[in-house]
Amino acid sequence: MSFYPYTDNGGSALAIAGEDYCLLASDTRQSGEDYKIHAGYVPKAFKLTDSCVYAGVGFSADGVALVKRVRQSIEWYRHAHEKTMSTPALAQMIATVLYSKRFFPYYVGTILGGLDENGRGVVYSFDPVGSFEAELHKAVGSGAELIQPFLDNQVNLKFLPEVERTPLPLDVALQIAKDAFTSAAERDTKTGDYLEIFIIDREGVNVERFDLKRD
Amino acid sequence: MNRNQYDNDISTWSPQGRIYQVEYALEAVKQGSAAVGLRSKTHAILLALKRSSGELASYQNKLIRIDDHLGIAIAGLTSDARVLSNFMRTEAMKSKIMYNRPLPVYRIVSAIGDKSQVNTQNYGRRPYGVGLLVIGVDETGPHLYETSPSGNFLEYYAISIGGRSQSAKTYLEHNYESFADADVDELIVHGLRALHATLQQDKELNTLNCSIGIVGQGQKFEMIQDVDLQRYLDMLGPQGTGDQAAASQGEAPMDTE
Repeated sequence: MSFYPYTDNGGSALAIAGEDYCLLASDTRQSGEDYKIHAGYVPKAFKLTDSCVYAGVGFSADGVALVKRVRQSIEWYRHAHEKTMSTPALAQMIATVLYSKRFFPYYVGTILGGLDENGRGVVYSFDPVGSFEAELHKAVGSGAELIQPFLDNQVNLKFLPEVERTPLPLDVALQIAKDAFTSAAERDTKTGDYLEIFIIDREGVNVERFDLKRD
Repeated sequence: MNRNQYDNDISTWSPQGRIYQVEYALEAVKQGSAAVGLRSKTHAILLALKRSSGELASYQNKLIRIDDHLGIAIAGLTSDARVLSNFMRTEAMKSKIMYNRPLPVYRIVSAIGDKSQVNTQNYGRRPYGVGLLVIGVDETGPHLYETSPSGNFLEYYAISIGGRSQSAKTYLEHNYESFADADVDELIVHGLRALHATLQQDKELNTLNCSIGIVGQGQKFEMIQDVDLQRYLDMLGPQGTGDQAAASQGEAPMDTE
């Protein structure tokens, strides 16, 4: 019976990058050991700037601590440079913050969804110690193994007959995200309750909430 | 003057009960260019005259943003102002992290007072050579404070510090009763008139040598500089001579500090 510094609070998040928008969706359930549920609505996704949203899935306390640190860095950057940090700069910075705890990591799967400096949608995903990459779509969390292949198929049109690639419209991406979560909520015990979807576009950041199964 | 015996270090009193090193530090504030602050029931604003060392040089910034709800104007040693403003920024962030609410204005001003006082009582240290005008909004509304190297701080409806600030004070004293219910534009025009009173003969306020900071209930701290100032300078009207503003109150401005 010794102290173990980490807990898995479960939950899932995904992000999809469009041509001029980005979409980040996460569930809000916070789970405990075995099949316990701590709470149905504890947000995992947070707006960082008018063009960037963050989600930290895994150990809830580390996810919250990380976002507090990141928000402070954004504020110091703003004081020093009199402008808001761009999404790619934020991604690089988050990677350094994560690696700074290489030997006692933030136990979170992190994703950033936002617009790059040209206004195109971009998704960055990180491992717990800061390895990161820009991608078009990514899922993290307990439902990642269920959601990621679905995104590969529906967003990247993988393993389907060759079709002409057209940019993914926002409403189609939104439906993909909702379907991904309703499916994940069925098969993953730690995903459910509510779904929060952040949409980032030229106008700013909007958030909508939907119900998921509560079992 | 006999003060040479008693002005060598911070921990020496004069027989008259004065600490000359602190008073010398206050002198540094008076040598800075003028800054004016005033407030209404809903907003608090700062206006400052930016100085430039010559035609080739840029104009020194006088306004610093601390947080969404806090801003300062500085007069005196700019480098000391940087240290204090970084301290204020850290405290403002700590407040949000620890208590999940924006830093109340009184808290940060008294923290600066306490920090400043330490340097007036420890041998070998020197006071901060900068006075601040702090504006901010918290649960109790908009506020305006002055801090000084002595560690003293006081809240004001309107105040000015720096070079020839007495002229601005005279204007503010004559007009302060109309500040409480003034809207932002009216407040700014009053502030510009007060600032104008501090100018030397033949000088004028323009978009290069002026800057304005505004904070209010529902309005984040915002700085107005350069071309954005033109609209307010137009509201001021023709500037004429430096006497114009105070003379309209029937009194010549005093050119002393």
